[in-house]
Amino acid sequence: MITQFICRAILLGVPLLYGSTGEIITEKSGHLNLGIPGIMYVGAISGVIGAFLYEGAAAGAMNGVLAVLIPFICAVVGSILMGLIYSFLTVTLRANQNVTGLAITTFGIGLGNFFGGSLVKLTSSDLPSIALTKTSAFFSVKLPFADSLGAVGEILFSHDFLTYLAIIIAVLASFVLNKTRVGLNLRSVGENPATADAAGINVTKYKYLATCAGSAIAGLGGLQYVMSYANGVWSNNAFGDRGWMAIALVIFALWKPSFAIFGSFVFGALCNANNYIQGLGTETQELFKMLPYVVTIVVLIITSMRKKREHQPPASLGISYFREDR
Amino acid sequence: MAKVKHHREPLFHIVKRDDMVWWQAWLVRIATIVISVFLMGLLSKMLTEKSLLETFEIMYRGVFGRIETGSTVMLWKYLQEIAILLCLALALTPAFKMKFWNCGAEGQALIGGFASMICMIELGKTLSYPVLLAVIAVTSMLAGALWGLIPAVFKALFNTNETLFTLMMNYIATQIIAYYVYLKGGGSNIIQPVAEGNLPTIGGNRYLVNILVVALLTVFVYVYLKYSKHGYEISVVGESQNTARYIGINVKKVIIRTMAISGALCGVAGMLLVAGTDHSINTNTVGGQGFTAIMVSWLGQFNPFIMVFMTGLICFLRLGAGKVADTCMLNSAFADIVVGIVILCVVGCEFLIRYSIKFRHGKKEVKA
Repeated sequence: MITQFICRAILLGVPLLYGSTGEIITEKSGHLNLGIPGIMYVGAISGVIGAFLYEGAAAGAMNGVLAVLIPFICAVVGSILMGLIYSFLTVTLRANQNVTGLAITTFGIGLGNFFGGSLVKLTSSDLPSIALTKTSAFFSVKLPFADSLGAVGEILFSHDFLTYLAIIIAVLASFVLNKTRVGLNLRSVGENPATADAAGINVTKYKYLATCAGSAIAGLGGLQYVMSYANGVWSNNAFGDRGWMAIALVIFALWKPSFAIFGSFVFGALCNANNYIQGLGTETQELFKMLPYVVTIVVLIITSMRKKREHQPPASLGISYFREDR
Repeated sequence: MAKVKHHREPLFHIVKRDDMVWWQAWLVRIATIVISVFLMGLLSKMLTEKSLLETFEIMYRGVFGRIETGSTVMLWKYLQEIAILLCLALALTPAFKMKFWNCGAEGQALIGGFASMICMIELGKTLSYPVLLAVIAVTSMLAGALWGLIPAVFKALFNTNETLFTLMMNYIATQIIAYYVYLKGGGSNIIQPVAEGNLPTIGGNRYLVNILVVALLTVFVYVYLKYSKHGYEISVVGESQNTARYIGINVKKVIIRTMAISGALCGVAGMLLVAGTDHSINTNTVGGQGFTAIMVSWLGQFNPFIMVFMTGLICFLRLGAGKVADTCMLNSAFADIVVGIVILCVVGCEFLIRYSIKFRHGKKEVKA
């Protein structure tokens, strides 16, 4: 049962890991992208549309590589488009980041639910609903030796490739942010864009790249949710508030992708703990579901009280940069 | 941005402007709204094979109903939607003016509604009607204020990030409501409408009280921000905390006080929803309007009267697009897409009002 609990926590944690890694990269450039929940919906629905069209076109004779690659690319492209809208408005047009982000979220969730609810009608397809079980089966191909290694094998090796990709991306992001020149430049843009600008860093380019890369990563979280967690079945609003939880996780992880790996599994466990504690009524289970948010608030308060410099959000987070401002 | 070659000036650069007269600014905004509504029309044309005119007619009918036949049901529904969204936007405005990004209207309103619900269920049978109404009003305002105060105190004392804090508070409120609904719903996950402690119906109209309360609040918030000492302190703290300290304003006190007011007004919205409209509560009672209100407040430039116009527009689009989706058998989320597009366009057009683009050589100045 413990093995099952851990596996479940990891499965629930992976979308959060994608979302928060993306948001960390974006926030490092000084942009608080509250559009992440919407972008994750768009990532999910773009992947679903890609898979839906491919399943319809291939009609049974599906190629495994294509079945994975098409939804993957669709999800990335869809979320990058959303990221582009956000960064055009906030970087180039210097619109208010909170308002733009929330509008992106409204728009993105609307897109997700709209296409999720109307895709069958719009394509006048024969399928009754969106159930991409075939594509999902290709997504959840497991490592062949997972079953033969007992509990350890199940915890470490029984996941789909998107889980490992999430961890690889987070480790890579951590490396790039902390050990490379690009990462140093990006962090300086987020801390003080005027200084970065004076040092010859192209602030606009960094902000655009960070936001779009972050969006692409976050979108994959939506894809993982549909394909692995929900077995390819799209139902409206099923993704829920995981996007906001991903933003909470950014604080929990103190703006460090490597902490986010651990944090996402803790969040996954917290989300799921209510199902594994014996003797809880339905109503008490609901109270347990607030745990991740309470923990986030506690972390937020403690970090702001301790005022340790390496645990703070980027200094110019949420503030648009205009070169000619004094 | 233009590519910069080392020996040349960039093709254009952006400068701040403050010379745009208010009517020019409004011309830009209204033009943007018109353009974005046409964009929406094109979108629905692509999806539904209905012409632009037909789409707008469906929207109009969806919002105003068939007034010529004397039915005003749809119109009252429209006014009710405006009242709730406007109430939330008004509640957020003092905090926003102080540059305190209260993203927690959703939770504050839910907790306010929760307080109303508890009063209605627990005290409904024991107290007399006027006393019950007073208790409901006071407790829901206090509950909303409490939900706003928690992040405000930490912001004032430790400068804790309020955007993220208030966001998290929303979900804690949601889970508390979920808990309560299971507890009281007896496993059915639904609380049946309670007959006690409902706001009065005037002239047989159940929404009129909500609308009147919000109309009064609109005037109150306008006067409070524009003519009171508190309003002055709020705008100084919002512009520059150092200036505020220099002229002897107690910044911490202002932050805490303003958030208490903001939360209390959100609590009023919750009361209007629970005691005035649904007579019941669930996790979706506020239904994301707390987030829409953030955009409304900002788009209304923190001016209550402009916000009336903005809520009118957004509620029109929401109801109208909902009707279009309904008529064409599309998913109702079409309304969210439409509202999203219009807000993104209006947010973007602020750029044209605040900045202008100057081309190289400085001769060809383009009035944006």
